[in-house]
Amino acid sequence: MNAIEIHNLSKSYGKHKALDDISFDVRQGELFGLIGPDGAGKTTLFRLLTTLLRPSAGSATVDGHDIVKEYRAIRSCVGYMPGRFSLYGDLSVEENLNFFAAMFGVTVAESYDLIAPIYSQIEPFRKRRAGKLSGGMKQKLALSCALIHRPKVLLLDEPTTGVDAVSRSEFWDMLAGLKEHGITILVSTPYMDEASRCERIALCNEGRILGIDTPTNIVKAFDKRLYGVSARNMYSLLDRMRHTKGVVDCYPFGERHHMVVDEECDIEHLKMECTDIESFNIVSAEPTIEDMFIKLMKR
Amino acid sequence: MRHNFGSFVKKESLHILRDKRTMLVVMLIPVVLMVLFGFAISTEVNNVNVAVVAPERTDGVSDAVERLAHNDYFTFCGYIDESEIDKELRTGEVGAVVVFATDYDRRVAQMAEGVPTAPLIQLIVDASNINTASSATTYMQGVLLGTQSQQAMFETRMMFNPQMRSAYNFVPGIMGLIFILVCAMMTSVSIVREKEMGTMEVLLVSPVRPVKIIFAKMIPYFAISCVVLVSILLLARYLLGVPMSGGVWGIFSLSLLYLMLSLALGLLVSTIAKTQMAALLISAMVMMMPILMLSGMLFPIENLPIFFQWVSNIVPARWYIDAVRKMMIQGLPMMAVWKNCAILLGMTVVIMGVSLKKFNDKLE
Repeated sequence: MNAIEIHNLSKSYGKHKALDDISFDVRQGELFGLIGPDGAGKTTLFRLLTTLLRPSAGSATVDGHDIVKEYRAIRSCVGYMPGRFSLYGDLSVEENLNFFAAMFGVTVAESYDLIAPIYSQIEPFRKRRAGKLSGGMKQKLALSCALIHRPKVLLLDEPTTGVDAVSRSEFWDMLAGLKEHGITILVSTPYMDEASRCERIALCNEGRILGIDTPTNIVKAFDKRLYGVSARNMYSLLDRMRHTKGVVDCYPFGERHHMVVDEECDIEHLKMECTDIESFNIVSAEPTIEDMFIKLMKR
Repeated sequence: MRHNFGSFVKKESLHILRDKRTMLVVMLIPVVLMVLFGFAISTEVNNVNVAVVAPERTDGVSDAVERLAHNDYFTFCGYIDESEIDKELRTGEVGAVVVFATDYDRRVAQMAEGVPTAPLIQLIVDASNINTASSATTYMQGVLLGTQSQQAMFETRMMFNPQMRSAYNFVPGIMGLIFILVCAMMTSVSIVREKEMGTMEVLLVSPVRPVKIIFAKMIPYFAISCVVLVSILLLARYLLGVPMSGGVWGIFSLSLLYLMLSLALGLLVSTIAKTQMAALLISAMVMMMPILMLSGMLFPIENLPIFFQWVSNIVPARWYIDAVRKMMIQGLPMMAVWKNCAILLGMTVVIMGVSLKKFNDKLE
């Protein structure tokens, strides 16, 4: 039995299809990432799995329980962290944690070993109101609260959105640490660079899944040559490259543009053609998940 | 899992206690309203300025004027000429003018012998405020007729509230209003706040039943309302001197029932409203207006158009205010208002049932 099994799941709001016929499984103890931009349907999927919404079609199970029929069972065995900070800002760190423990009928002491690596970092501030914590600390508190009842499945909806780079990286270390306890984690993020921290990822866009695999295999599947180009005028370069023969696609990517070319394209020849562009520079680039995402999205 | 119910109640109480401003407002509103309605706003006849037109200042006229001048409710502003009446009333210098007939004494004597006679006193009253005008007129007639009372065909006695003090009338009204404000508004806002902040999502994805979450929310508000209730009753008794002759326990029990009803209403609002602002507006507008207009708090229900009399039947405050008036002022025991109690109880059960049914453990 897989921790999460999703079969042809759809969810519509009126005419708008937030999720369109999605199927995938998350294995026991896996750290599974849901990667996609805003509006991809990530939050809707989380709300379906946490039984807060009813599916329009299809079915899914979490820890073997059906999300429609056995929703009460699911509510006791999952830990859920919604997209925005959902703790009580007017209660202290300690009070929040105790409240969540009581809600699940456990004590903080019982689960302390599980949350210790995370909670110990904010414990010095336990008397502070949760609303007065920094973004990274709020996130640690929220994760501690979501873990307090030792859930079998942890559902984290964009936990790193709006958190600084250092805290984000720390957060992923914490998730990796939780794997040792055998907790299955489904986490969503709009940041492509975080995908490599997951064991497997699903790329999703506009309610559909574009591809599911390990981050390495997803990158390997990028079968075209990729270059990074730059020039003094980046904007006109983008336009020029898109109209150059042999160039499949060109899009902004950090401080360079990424350019995908087909088999026939001769790079030396292309370089000659571009000598008239001020400070033109071209280097070979390694494909990333973002390149793959853009490729899949445009298909 | 009884221990988690306690921690829910504790959490709600902390929310309330830490929001000092709201707490202060809730505790102060009743006091301010009581003082305001009890002292400042009144329909009683008070300090009506009266001028007198008397062509002949005979002994009889002086007697009548004397009685008027010595009355606390009227201020005698002196004698004026007939030609000045219009000016004085227009400028608002006086609120009423008493005009004595030329042969006042003779006609009084005639009346004493039982001979029918033409009117001997004319009252000219500024009726721009009808409430003051009509009660001033009635009261002035009584004062002026003084010695002729043996001839009056009716003897009137005002029972239960002989001085017609408006505070007596307003205290039950304020109670009807305040508890809706405190209970319904605050519970609905606090439930909707959880929806708005996203914490409801986390609460729902837990083994706790929604019913438990809701009842835990109601308890602290119920406790606050009880404090407010006690303070209103104390203020009414010792500051405004309301008799409470029917026994304070009856009023207290009835009020507890009304509190539950208000909490149920708050819950109903929270199932409808999506934002705190909407919850506030619904509680303030949709609930306060009928209470002010249709509950008999300000206007007697008998004076309403038939249609609104029907509508007033579904306004819970109507039944509560009516019952409190009976117990507080007329001194009836709780048994005498059993009908009101039954109606309120019925309403509570229905509203509570509907809102619990409507309260969704999903987000849609």
